[in-house]
Amino acid sequence: MYFEINILKKGNRLGGNKKMPYKKAEQKFSGKINTCEIGAGDAAITIGGENSLPFLGSEGFKTAVGIAITDSPEDWAECFGTIYGDDLNNPAAFAKAAIEKSGADFLLLKLASADPNGANNAVENCVATAVAVEAAVNVPLVIEGCKNAEKDAKLLEEVAKALEGKNVVLFSAVEDNYKTIGAAGGMAYGQKVSAESAVDINLAKQLNILLTQLGVKSKDIVMDVGSAAVGYGFEYVASTMDRIRLAGLGQNDESLQMPIVTDISNDAWGVKEAVFTEAEAPEWGNLEARGIGMEVSTAAACVVGGSNAIIVRHPESVKTIQGLVSGIIG
Amino acid sequence: MAVKGLDIFKLTPKSNCKECGFPTCMAFSMKAATGAVAIEKCPYISEESKEALSEATAPPMKTIKVGAGDAEATLGGETVLFRHEKTLVHKNLFAVELSDAMSDAEVDAACAKLEKINYDRIGEMMFVEVVGVRFAADQDKFVALVKKVADCGKIPMIITVDAEVAKAAVAVAGAKAIIMGATKDNTEAMVEVAKAADAVLGVTADSIEALHDLVEAIEKLGYKNLILNVGEASIKEAYANAIAIRTSAIKGNDRTFGYPSIVFTNKLAPGNINLQIALASAFVLRYGSIIVLEEMDFNAALPLFGLRQNIFTDPQKPMRVEPKVYEFNKPTGTDPVLVTVDFALSYFVVAGEIERSKVPAYLAIPDAGGYSVLTAWAAGKFGSNVIANFIKENNVADLTTSRKLILPGKVAVLQGDLAELLPEWEVVVGPNEAMQIPKFLRDLQA
Repeated sequence: MYFEINILKKGNRLGGNKKMPYKKAEQKFSGKINTCEIGAGDAAITIGGENSLPFLGSEGFKTAVGIAITDSPEDWAECFGTIYGDDLNNPAAFAKAAIEKSGADFLLLKLASADPNGANNAVENCVATAVAVEAAVNVPLVIEGCKNAEKDAKLLEEVAKALEGKNVVLFSAVEDNYKTIGAAGGMAYGQKVSAESAVDINLAKQLNILLTQLGVKSKDIVMDVGSAAVGYGFEYVASTMDRIRLAGLGQNDESLQMPIVTDISNDAWGVKEAVFTEAEAPEWGNLEARGIGMEVSTAAACVVGGSNAIIVRHPESVKTIQGLVSGIIG
Repeated sequence: MAVKGLDIFKLTPKSNCKECGFPTCMAFSMKAATGAVAIEKCPYISEESKEALSEATAPPMKTIKVGAGDAEATLGGETVLFRHEKTLVHKNLFAVELSDAMSDAEVDAACAKLEKINYDRIGEMMFVEVVGVRFAADQDKFVALVKKVADCGKIPMIITVDAEVAKAAVAVAGAKAIIMGATKDNTEAMVEVAKAADAVLGVTADSIEALHDLVEAIEKLGYKNLILNVGEASIKEAYANAIAIRTSAIKGNDRTFGYPSIVFTNKLAPGNINLQIALASAFVLRYGSIIVLEEMDFNAALPLFGLRQNIFTDPQKPMRVEPKVYEFNKPTGTDPVLVTVDFALSYFVVAGEIERSKVPAYLAIPDAGGYSVLTAWAAGKFGSNVIANFIKENNVADLTTSRKLILPGKVAVLQGDLAELLPEWEVVVGPNEAMQIPKFLRDLQA
């Protein structure tokens, strides 16, 4: 049993049909999710802090909604070219337009050009991009590398140094590079470190422990526990999130009480539902609408599962998920 | 469980007569307490006790049938709040709403849209199961519309608080239609209509406390074929109520709330289909049994049916896909063949990347026990013999003139063996990670 139920004793059930007024079955949790501040000054926001499953407590919990941009937009659907025009190829202008068009609470910059198996852009160029983007917007930043562990270690270390004092999230440290990213980013330059695991509660726990053992403070760690587009094994995502939250809240497991940051922008826009053009799948209708549909569905499922910060790609998805969150909070 | 074995034991004759099929009265009592054996099996427990006990030993959430014939579906019957605890057993249904206030042309357009949503997704047909018809003003038109819905093979949901209108409509709606429904102002009349027609009665109230009172009142009138409306006034209330109702039933053992629920996302976010998709997704996870949208196009159907198919699966059993040769991007009989395992997650990731590459290709999936690539290989389910036999038995060589067979990078070790077993094929080691497939396939093509 993960939590206790506090309910009025309903008398002897064998006694028959006595009328009982409704009494809410309260789920009592002993644990609490850490609060984590990201960004600096006026731009700062706080994520986490809930002491119950998402939206069931009274602690002012609110999921932050971020928008993703990239320095390598070649693979992005055509609709983004229509939305952003030439800004698409200038990360600073792209960032500014993305925030203006979406009203997102924060921004994720993907430095995909760094990929040694792709454009292999130099670290200093990517750092310059991150600095330019930071200057262009007044929201907290999450900075992602190219998902090559070795390159990301170098890249995110330099990003952490260049953006010292901006309190950005380094997205993400994995088992192969957590030492560099944790020590440099989280400790030397005072940034937040995101610990990335692939949809597995034990891996998530292990990486959090490794980072704290290294000396990164719990409150400076957020978790990227992984995701998948709905319809593509999302049951693993849903159950992993449920289990992580129940462990942190119900069993007071401190190694799983970090806020969760989930980027679904790649997953949702990478499956056939959001990739096949109208010519390839005429019966499915408008491609942009399908992409948004995949994205808001996946994001909403993560939000109720416990993501404290959710990252999407389309401005309309940002508005929709912000509407969902404010609606549930009321 | 509301009743302990000892409570039941007290009511037995304690004679160990074995007439119930159990060696002792205690053994029988323990089984009965878990619901595994009906109380009626003991001939000596008084009728009065039996009635009280059978109620108390019933599962906490009722299982409700809706619709008739081919359209019949089952709702409720859940025993847990989270799918990792034990499988969620009865998937939610999706619904759209029509009204007699719509013009004939609008109704026809809506129906045409509905008919288009009918497709196979990993062996399961996906379609909108329930169609709600909301009463506006014209009873004859309303009844005709309900009949049309039933004739189309959808489960009709009659949305009106007017018992006379409901009565006329349910007469043409077939068995186990849904009447949406009962309020505090029409309770007795609606229960009578639902009872007479053997319909499922939807219950709506202004607050969760009032809903609880109303369900008790309806149960007292002898009707327990119910669906509870989580509320239409605000998203906040609907979400909190959906969770409270399910939690009370499953964990609080509150039988009054032990019914499936219904969520009208079209009322919570009128005119905003994207917010309706987001809400519907949230309620697939958090306890909506019937989820209503204004309309359903593929931009809503593709994610929502996919999510539902994911969530209502057995967490103990990884999802598998059928072992066979799949085609991607319209291959023409000259395209390469990739191989992977039948673990659904592996299949999805690989399939998604092949699709993204837009390179025509075949994907051969042998029976690998439903494990991931490395696990299946380690378990001996995905070795060179398995792959070679599959390629031969399925006459893959007849499908394509290409002789390139692409192995997952993680089982590169199989290359030599496989090349010997399949001499006419060029066995190529593919990438380690699926995300590298598009580049790999494009390079292969060049």
